[in-house]
Amino acid sequence: MPKPKTSLTLLLLALGVSTAQTAKVAPGPDNAVYAELTKAPQKAIARRNPLEQDPDAVAAGAKLFDLHCAECHGEMAQGGKKGPSLRAGEVQQATPGTLFWLLTNGVVRRGMPVWSKLPEPQRWQLVSYIKSLSPATKSDPDGQKAHP
Amino acid sequence: MRLSCNYKSKLRSLTFFLILLFLAALALPAQAQESPYIVTYDHYLEEPGNLEIEYFSTFGTQRGGNAFHSYWAEFEYGATAWWTTEAYLDGQTTFGDSTIFTGFRWENRIRLLQREHFINPVLYLEYEQISGADKILKEDEGHDVEADYAAPNRLARQEHNHELEFKLLLSRTFKGWNIAENTLAAKNLTGGNPWEFGYAIGASRPLALKASPKRCTFCPENFIAGVEMYGGLGDRHSFGLHDTSHYLAPVVAWNLPSDWTLRLSPGFGLNDTSHRFLLRWGLSHEFSGFGSAIARLFGGH
Repeated sequence: MPKPKTSLTLLLLALGVSTAQTAKVAPGPDNAVYAELTKAPQKAIARRNPLEQDPDAVAAGAKLFDLHCAECHGEMAQGGKKGPSLRAGEVQQATPGTLFWLLTNGVVRRGMPVWSKLPEPQRWQLVSYIKSLSPATKSDPDGQKAHP
Repeated sequence: MRLSCNYKSKLRSLTFFLILLFLAALALPAQAQESPYIVTYDHYLEEPGNLEIEYFSTFGTQRGGNAFHSYWAEFEYGATAWWTTEAYLDGQTTFGDSTIFTGFRWENRIRLLQREHFINPVLYLEYEQISGADKILKEDEGHDVEADYAAPNRLARQEHNHELEFKLLLSRTFKGWNIAENTLAAKNLTGGNPWEFGYAIGASRPLALKASPKRCTFCPENFIAGVEMYGGLGDRHSFGLHDTSHYLAPVVAWNLPSDWTLRLSPGFGLNDTSHRFLLRWGLSHEFSGFGSAIARLFGGH
């Protein structure tokens, strides 16, 4: 039977290990994450954004991005320490269905959680916002000049 | 109960560590999208590097005993996108009796599959070191009945339980509805207790599926409502729904734009061996980037 002090020590040790684990696994901007986009099944790739014509979708998506995504991908989606740029060609050229599939499934091994806890319409709103971003160029690597 | 100097010292260290965690996290707010369940788990884990600090209360009435107010603090940390670890501190006040600390728990949830599937399994492992006076009713197991909670605190706290608990969490979200089912198996390592079993099921849905374009406090998408049902399933020698307690509880969560989540759940006992009424509420706050902040503190990146 573990003694109280042993248990407390083990608990503190475990918390320390888990904190270190986060620091270790947090990925930097990485082409491997973009490579996940190529794994989307054909059925998902072909899906159309049902909110494509919704005039509020981009604004609502921007709000959701700020709440859930900006911490890792940067406030302007230019990429951060934990998540890659969403203005990169790989993302901007992907179909809405592909982005929706990636949001739903995450890239768990690379640190991106699944976002299926957001209802489908909210995930499509996020896709609308991401697709509205101007792609990064050499003269404007963050794609900020034409930010919506 | 007399505590040894070493134990007191460890308790002081733990308190200091938890205060440090809280202070370090204050500067790192994040918006949560929390489920309304209080007993049932869905398959969503804490985002990696985020710390969620939660406080929960349960007010319960007892036939043959005084009403009580139990509470726990929960520190939930996303170690990776597939592993969440949590520490709990439990306490309770029994009216007309006393207020006591009843123990701690350490819980881990591990996502078993990388992608979303028709049903998503998560493995739950918990070690708990609690006294017999613990009344947080975080789960029901074995033949837990209302009468078990009627003993005075001075007697109940003399019982020390060291328990291992395993759960298989199954969950799916479809068209905005989350459906979750948890099966529990627990073994009290103290004495020759048999394996005990329990269950929890839940369903919930946001009041609106589309987000409004502006930040708002009372938007329907900020509210998630549902219902959960939980209870015991007996033990290895006597498995089943009989001679144990069962509860049905509507649940609602309000995810505020100010990064707080409020939860409320009135629970109703479904048979004569359950508490007639349990009122639960909770308050939580999620802090993003906690892991990175701690890593930076120690010279990491």
